[in-house]
Amino acid sequence: MRRHVLIGGGVASLAAAETIRAQDAAAEILLIGDEPHQFYSRPGLAYWLSGEISQSFLFPFSENDFRGLNLQRWRGRAEKIDPAGQQVLLSNGSAVRYDRLLLATGADSTPLAVPGAGLRGVVKLDTLDDAGAILALARKARSAVVVGGGITALEIVEGLAAHKVHTHYLLRGARYWSNVLDEAESLLIQQRLTAHGVELHFYTEIEEIMGQKGQVCGVRTSDQAQIACQMVAVAIGIQPRKELAQTAGLKTARGVLVDETLRSSDPHIFAAGDVAQVLDPHTGQTYSDSLWSSARRQGQVAGLNMCGIPTAYLKNFSLNVTRLAGLTTTILGAVGGGSRDADLAGLARGDSESWRQVPDARVVEQGGGGDRLRLQVGQKHVVGALVMGDQSLSQPLQDLIRQQVDISAVREALLQPGASIAAILHPFWTQWKNKHAA
Amino acid sequence: MQPRPPSRRQISVEANVVADSSRCVQCGICSYNCPIEIDVRRHAWLEIPVSDSHCLTCGQCVARCPRGVLRFERSPMFQTRSPEEK
Repeated sequence: MRRHVLIGGGVASLAAAETIRAQDAAAEILLIGDEPHQFYSRPGLAYWLSGEISQSFLFPFSENDFRGLNLQRWRGRAEKIDPAGQQVLLSNGSAVRYDRLLLATGADSTPLAVPGAGLRGVVKLDTLDDAGAILALARKARSAVVVGGGITALEIVEGLAAHKVHTHYLLRGARYWSNVLDEAESLLIQQRLTAHGVELHFYTEIEEIMGQKGQVCGVRTSDQAQIACQMVAVAIGIQPRKELAQTAGLKTARGVLVDETLRSSDPHIFAAGDVAQVLDPHTGQTYSDSLWSSARRQGQVAGLNMCGIPTAYLKNFSLNVTRLAGLTTTILGAVGGGSRDADLAGLARGDSESWRQVPDARVVEQGGGGDRLRLQVGQKHVVGALVMGDQSLSQPLQDLIRQQVDISAVREALLQPGASIAAILHPFWTQWKNKHAA
Repeated sequence: MQPRPPSRRQISVEANVVADSSRCVQCGICSYNCPIEIDVRRHAWLEIPVSDSHCLTCGQCVARCPRGVLRFERSPMFQTRSPEEK
């Protein structure tokens, strides 16, 4: 009987556990996690912060669902991996043997390296407990400072605004999320934030977090201004939790390096989710994602390979649907931007390196009334898209990009100045879909 | 021209809520908003239509999902099929 040990209690581990159980009813599965809570939706924390759901709805699996998987769960830390002995040393001093091991340890937020960063009231949004701490502070705080970029920073900003906390959002550069959004898109988000009462400070960074009796009372900024606040939220990016892999001698770079079967440099050890840096066999490049859907799929693929069923994780595009300042936004494929965003040290949560690729494509855009649509039109395919506001083209573009549908028949029409993108793409997609379904 | 969505009557008699699980992050808003407490989220995880006979097809879950995961799709159960297809 094969023993599978899964380190990490997030979606990649759960997906691997389900897959392994579906393949092998007799396998032993041990899931090790250091979270004090059972499996929860990390992206769902944003909706808890904004008051749209209660905490009890964050848990996708019931105890009955866990029983159905017939796995052992152990709460605590995996301290060390002994690859030669194929065992994991646990924080209670015991060791567990494995035949196959999955590292799905996720990522931690990057701390802000300024004086005062250790004061009470400096928060991040990695875990359910972090979200609980933000909510507890938001109930008492009058004002807050948020630094960082990407989706997480805005999740915090919007959560605080929902609790009537006056929020200062500090941006190091001229605009929000400059390596994924274009200028018009950044401006749209910034205008909405301002309309919601958020105070934006451009070209501004924190030099020091000031405290009183160990508690945040304000920040001093790079232009020597002082902002009084009772909390400081930091979302400047994430760092894969790769220490276990490093001390075990596995090959690592930004994350744990794995091939397209999610296998690390040790043939018995796999990695999936935020901690994995995955090889694309077509390009020879490696890439990282911090997306729920990628983590789930990687967990499934790792699970199959751990069961001895050779399966490749082939990624053809990254998708996220999120809300930016209340505006529903779908990001698909390569949307360009390339340049560095000063507000982020590497990836943020809900982010993908592949979005930053600058494709060999022509940009087609359309906007108005708070909606915006931007396509990257390649020679034969749409290779990326960003849909803000009206989402009627979100699903069609997902299909066209994911399936790499040949758009030669409508490409010239799309590239005409002032072309109505929806009027061209909707019937084209409907026709493709009907043909595809037939 | 955009495809015409199913009418309210067609939805209530012929359609089920179905999920695109590649968009779903299991946030639970669908289950939270279901007036009769169907665990819509679990259906999305398992990639199965909400075929619970108690489903009112009220559309709360579809409308509230912040990520466009859910939609109504006509169930093949009651669609007329040609004799050759039967």
